[in-house]
Amino acid sequence: MMQIELNGKPHALADGQNLAQLVAALDLTGKGIAVAVNRQVVPSRQWPQRLLAEADRVDVVRAIGGG
Amino acid sequence: MNMNDAPMLPQQDTGLTIAGKTYGSRLLVGSGKYKDLDETRAATEASGADIITVAIRRVNIGQDPNAPSLLDVVPPSRYTILPNTAGCYNAEDAVYTLQLARELLGGHKLVKLEVLGDERTLFPNMPETLKAAATLVKDGFDVMVYCSDDPIQARMLEDLGVVAVMPLASLIGSGMGILNPWNLSLIIEQAKVPVLVDAGVGTASDAAIAMELGCDGVLMNTAIAGARDPVRMARAMKLAVEAGREAFLAGRIARRFAASPSSPMAGRVA
Repeated sequence: MMQIELNGKPHALADGQNLAQLVAALDLTGKGIAVAVNRQVVPSRQWPQRLLAEADRVDVVRAIGGG
Repeated sequence: MNMNDAPMLPQQDTGLTIAGKTYGSRLLVGSGKYKDLDETRAATEASGADIITVAIRRVNIGQDPNAPSLLDVVPPSRYTILPNTAGCYNAEDAVYTLQLARELLGGHKLVKLEVLGDERTLFPNMPETLKAAATLVKDGFDVMVYCSDDPIQARMLEDLGVVAVMPLASLIGSGMGILNPWNLSLIIEQAKVPVLVDAGVGTASDAAIAMELGCDGVLMNTAIAGARDPVRMARAMKLAVEAGREAFLAGRIARRFAASPSSPMAGRVA
């Protein structure tokens, strides 16, 4: 297991997981989100290749109401 | 057709052109502060707006991922979605937020930059705003910028290559209206990009005043979402923006101190 930071909170994850697997585990595939790892945006087509590592900071965002 | 048959209708307004694209409506609306998504949808429709601004926020992990989302009721297929950087207090966070937004919206370039100074005033931090604008323009974004109503700052933004300047008319969410029409006029007079009032509108007359000054458009959120009847206020704002634009194009009469009778003096029976 490894620990990452997901949206500012600690999150445990199996070793060797990639971004696509994380997004799928969160049930967010195809949900109008964008993802960054360590403040670098990762385009969705690259999620399967992007392996996560201990202490990575992952942001998953969406659009909400705002002015 | 000779002149006598020509209908006495004024030419249609040309619409609002931003970054080479023309929009029918000069009213831009925010999508925050509504009681639910149904109200968001109804008010957005009633406003007639083409451009809808949205915030970018972290997903609540653990929340039902199938719950309806904002983009279901304000679909990008129908509206131009304008992601904003509300809540950002430095250039770095604002740039990061918009990079995420671009990915989220499939490569979309039109964005609203706002870098705030403090929570009490939500006044723009102009040094950070200029810094972020420079980075975003270089990165290929079409940047509309919330800014102070300062003609020098507006010109600096324009020189950086932003596609619209959006001075506040009064504090965000304050509903205080157009507090310094003279500064807005200075900005409008010199600008080569569209000038939109962003923030401060409280009611329909405020929107009309902004348009009568010669603004190219008005962006608002609280004035609609916070009204007792947001859907009706959305319609009022649509009409006010149209009325104000028409009055600007028509050219108002000069103010004069003395009265001037509307009826001819000749032929009176008195």
